[in-house]
Amino acid sequence: MRNIRLIARLDIKGQNLIKGIHLEGLRVIGSPNEHALRYYQQGADELIYMDCVASLYGRNHLGDIVRSAAKDIFVPMTVGGGIRSVEDATQILRSGADKVAINTAAVKRPVLISEISYRFGSQCMVLSIEAKEVGSGCWEVYTDNGRERTGIDVIEWVKRGVNLGAGEVLLTSVDREGTRKGFDISLVRAVSAEVSVPVIASGGMGKPEDIIDVVNLGGADAVAMADILHYNRSSIGEIRTVAEVAGLGVRHYESA
Amino acid sequence: MRAPEVTVIDYGVGNLLSVERGFEHCGAKVIVTADPEKILAGSKVVLPGVGAFSNAMDALEKLKLVSVIHEIAKRQTPLLGICLGMQLLMDESEEFGLTVGLGLIPGRVISVPDRMLSGDVQKIPNIGWNSLQHSGVSERWTGTLLQDNSSGDAAYFVHSFMAVPTDSAHIIAHCVYGGHRVPAVIGKDRITGCQFHPEKSGDVGLKMLRRFCID
Repeated sequence: MRNIRLIARLDIKGQNLIKGIHLEGLRVIGSPNEHALRYYQQGADELIYMDCVASLYGRNHLGDIVRSAAKDIFVPMTVGGGIRSVEDATQILRSGADKVAINTAAVKRPVLISEISYRFGSQCMVLSIEAKEVGSGCWEVYTDNGRERTGIDVIEWVKRGVNLGAGEVLLTSVDREGTRKGFDISLVRAVSAEVSVPVIASGGMGKPEDIIDVVNLGGADAVAMADILHYNRSSIGEIRTVAEVAGLGVRHYESA
Repeated sequence: MRAPEVTVIDYGVGNLLSVERGFEHCGAKVIVTADPEKILAGSKVVLPGVGAFSNAMDALEKLKLVSVIHEIAKRQTPLLGICLGMQLLMDESEEFGLTVGLGLIPGRVISVPDRMLSGDVQKIPNIGWNSLQHSGVSERWTGTLLQDNSSGDAAYFVHSFMAVPTDSAHIIAHCVYGGHRVPAVIGKDRITGCQFHPEKSGDVGLKMLRRFCID
């Protein structure tokens, strides 16, 4: 049985950890690395940092934040937002990130997926997809942190992305993001049925129990959580226990 | 007591900062370098690595580091290969055709099986946390870098290929992925290879790095 990864997702604007609803109406939560350290100590399996205004300005400001996190956080870190080239990816990886997540730049120039995957390995190249439902069982790819529509079908895009070399998919439901209504299970199921690489479900985790269906019915390999952790509605430890009780495989973790 | 010194071989790609920070966290002074002289002068050497096997071997050749690593092994200087760095220790790899490796531990690098033992499709790359199990007859890891760890400790793996030593006595720990045994830590003389990333495996990995520093 595979172990489901519990991932803390930190959306960043400038120097602040923020949280919105449907990726909009951003509210400042606090210092990214104070939260990151807390989630690491709670036993988060990974961290995802997303610069949510980067693609707008074409720059990622997370280098310093990640570099400082690397001093005392020893779990994998994925960084996304505004990464447009192999050079951008190189900079972020040198700052202590293990993987880069790419959405907007990959939609504009899909071959970037292959370039990054060839240079650093597919395990380094996370295809980030922001999906919005446009009909029953049909989702459209959005870019620029859920602001711009592309007319591209999510399922077609994820298949293409994986063929181009993406080693993992970060799948964010814009409809559910920040709503606490639970994951979009049909979206996760539709995507994980199409690809052989791990799928991280993101958007909508309202309570620890939400993890059960997205794994059992959706086929998610990992879940990304933000709101539920940022507002202290639950902890990674509690969520791990809920997952264990439900019979999901999770990392054996003993707090130090 | 003087801080232990760890020399990390820098041959191009990947996140070396985390390896550096991991050892620093364990109290070591870390030198990151591609300079053969400095590497040969190192009292403990780390061969990290992320990416493709053949690219890494090319890079090591270009930097004239293959013979340096052989010399290190000959001198019995403690050497730790991490992830791809572990795979490079083997004779050869099947990744993108056959490529010759460093040949320090007999064996071959092969793909992680894309089917589970049950026949179901297996996700590749193997990304995630997996528990370490004893591989030898002994139920203890005394005298290895896992000395301070316990069976069941989970570490972070990310790989599509795995190093399989010819002699099973060289396998110190393994994990089980889709029903298959995957070598997790291998060792011969003063050489250790680990498939997972100790610098990304929380306290479980830091224990191993700390042991490498003091051994």
